[in-house]
Amino acid sequence: MNEKPYGILAEFDSPAAILRAAEKVRDAGYSRWDVFTPFPIHGMDKVMGLKNSLVGWVSLFMGAGAFLSVVGLIWFCNAFDYPLIVGGKPMFSVPMTFVPSYIMMILGSAVGALIGMLAFNELPRFHHPLFNSERFALISRDKFALLIGSTDPKFSETETRKLLESLGGAHIEIIKD
Amino acid sequence: MAESTINLESLAPPTELRRAPVVENNRGLGVLTDKLAAFAEGKIPCWWWMLFIPSAFCATVVLPLALIYKISIGVGVWGNNHPVMWGLDIVSFIWWVGVAHAGTLISALLFLTRQHWRTTIGRATEAMTVFSVMMAGLYPAIHVGRAWFDWFMFPVPTYEGMWPQFRSPLMWDVFAVNTYLMVSMLFWFMGMIPDLAVLRDRATTRPRKFIFSLLAMGWTGSARHWHHYEKAYVVLCGLCTLLVFTVSSIVGLDFCTAQIAGWHATIFPLYFVIGAVFCGFGMVLVLLIPLRKWCGLENVITMSHMDKVAKLTLVSGLIIAYIYAMEFFIAWYSNDPYERWVFGHRLFGHTYWFLGWTLIVVNVGVTQLLWFKKIRANLTALFVIGLLINIGMFTERFVIVVGSLYQDFLPSSWGKYIPTRWDVALYIGTLGAFFMMYLLFVKFLPLIAISEVKGAMPQGNPHHPLGGAKGARP
Repeated sequence: MNEKPYGILAEFDSPAAILRAAEKVRDAGYSRWDVFTPFPIHGMDKVMGLKNSLVGWVSLFMGAGAFLSVVGLIWFCNAFDYPLIVGGKPMFSVPMTFVPSYIMMILGSAVGALIGMLAFNELPRFHHPLFNSERFALISRDKFALLIGSTDPKFSETETRKLLESLGGAHIEIIKD
Repeated sequence: MAESTINLESLAPPTELRRAPVVENNRGLGVLTDKLAAFAEGKIPCWWWMLFIPSAFCATVVLPLALIYKISIGVGVWGNNHPVMWGLDIVSFIWWVGVAHAGTLISALLFLTRQHWRTTIGRATEAMTVFSVMMAGLYPAIHVGRAWFDWFMFPVPTYEGMWPQFRSPLMWDVFAVNTYLMVSMLFWFMGMIPDLAVLRDRATTRPRKFIFSLLAMGWTGSARHWHHYEKAYVVLCGLCTLLVFTVSSIVGLDFCTAQIAGWHATIFPLYFVIGAVFCGFGMVLVLLIPLRKWCGLENVITMSHMDKVAKLTLVSGLIIAYIYAMEFFIAWYSNDPYERWVFGHRLFGHTYWFLGWTLIVVNVGVTQLLWFKKIRANLTALFVIGLLINIGMFTERFVIVVGSLYQDFLPSSWGKYIPTRWDVALYIGTLGAFFMMYLLFVKFLPLIAISEVKGAMPQGNPHHPLGGAKGARP
C-alpha cells in the first residue's frame, strides 16, 4: 500500500474561510483540487472557474427529442397507421398533438436533468477514497473541506501541506487511494 | 467581536422591512443538522404508531378489498349510473390531483422566486405531492371498468393495429398524470440526495449505513457536484412549475370539452388549477401543523412560515371566490336556459342544494377569516380552516361533477347519484394509503431539506459575518 496518495484534505470552519482558502489555492497555481461542503457556497463556482453546467443542454435535448418523438408517434398512430376520422377533423394537425407532446417534453427534460446531473457527477458510485477519512462524515454536517489531488502537477506532500496549514486548515490528512 | 456586532446592526434594514429568520433559535449549522436529522434517527414515538396502525389497516385491508370487489364485480358496485356516470371516483381523482398541486407550487415556484422560507417546508409538501398523485392515478385506472384493459391507453403495438385516440383530453390526462407522478418523484428524490448523504454520514448501525449509502449514491458534496446539482435543480423547478399549470388544466379540459351545461366553460382549466392549489394549501396546513409540534420542529417551521402559507391560502381562496362569482354571472349572462337551470339548481335545487351552500360558506366564507392576523397566528384555527377547505373543495368537485350531470337536457333522463359503501371504502382506502406512506416518509427519510435550510441560514452565507466574513460587505 505505498501507492501514491489520493490527495491532501484540510478542514475549515466557515463558508467564508473555505472561499478564501479556495482563492489562495487557485492563486498558488494548483489546478486539480476540489472543495467539499454541506451546501453550495455562493461564489465558489467563480473561484473554481467552473463554466456553466451542461446539464441544462442535456435537459433541452432530451425535452426536444421527447417532444418531436411524440409528435411523430401521434402522426404515426392517428394519421398513418390507422387513420381515424374524429368529428370530421383533419387527420393530423398541430393543436391535437400539442398537449401530449408538451407533457412528454416536460418528462423528457426532467429525466434529462436528472441523468445529466448524475452523469456529469459520475454518480452513482459506491466508493470514494474520501470515505476512508474519518473526518469526512462531518462535511455533511458543518465542516468545509478542501482537497488537493495528488495528480496535480504542483502536488508535493510537504509543500502542499504547508500551504494548507498557512491557510488555516485544520486536521490536515493524507487520503489514501 | 464588537466590530462585527456594529456591522451587523448597520447592515440590517429598518425593523419594518426585516424578514423573519428562516430558522429561529439559530445555534449554528451543527446543532441545526442534529435537530433536523433527529426525528429520522430517534425512536418511533407513540403518536406515530397510533396514526400508522389505522392508516396501514385502511391501506392494506380496506383498499385492496374495495379494489378487488370493484374489479371482480364491475363499476355497478359504485353508485355511478345513468345519467351520473362520473361519481365519487372522479370527484376523488380531482381532489387528490388538487392536493398535489400545492406541494409543487411551494417547492418549485417559490424556489424560482427565491423565497428562502420554502426550504423548511418544501420537502414535506413535495412528499405530499408524490403520494397524492399516486392516489389520484389509481382512480381513472379502475374507473374505466375493465381495469385489465388499462394498457389500451398507451400506444402499445398489438396485432389489432389499434392506437389510442390522441384528440381526446381524457387521453391527455393519462400522459399528464403519469408525467406529473414521475417528474414529482424525480424532483423529490433528487432534492433528497444530499440529505440522504447526511443520514448516511450520521448512521450508527451497519444496515442503516448500507441503505443510506445506496440511496445517496456516493454523494460527496464536492463543489463540482453542487454545480451540476444546482443547475439540474433549477431546470426541474422550472419544469415542475409548468406542471402546476398543466396537469389540472388538462383535468379541466376533460370537462370543458364536454357539452354538458355547467361544464362547457372556458374558465375551467384556470378554475381547476386554482382550485387545486387552494385545496393543496388546505392539506399543507392540515399536515404541517401537527408535524411541526410532534417532530419538535417549531423553530424550523416557524409561525412566520405558517403565516405565509395562510396568506397564500387566502390569495388562492380569493381567486376561487372570483371564479365562483364569474361562473354564476356567465350562466346568467349567457341566457342559456340549461346553464341557468344548472346553476340555479346548485343553490336552490332539491337533492344537492346543501352542497352548493357548503362550498360557498366554506370556500368563500371561512377563508375570509384568514384576513385576520389573530387567526393566522392561531394554529388550532388554521388546522380547522385547512380541514374545512379540504372538505369544501371535495364538495366543490362533487357539485361540479354530479351537480351538472344529474339533470341534463332531457327531463326523462334525470336521475340521482348516491355513493355506495364501495365508493366510500375506496376513498377511505386511498386516504389510508396516503397517510401510511406519508408517515413512513416522515419517520424514515429527511423530512426537512437539511442542506437547503443550512444554505439559507446566515451561517451558510460566505458574505455574512456569521458565515465567517471579515469586514462584512453589504
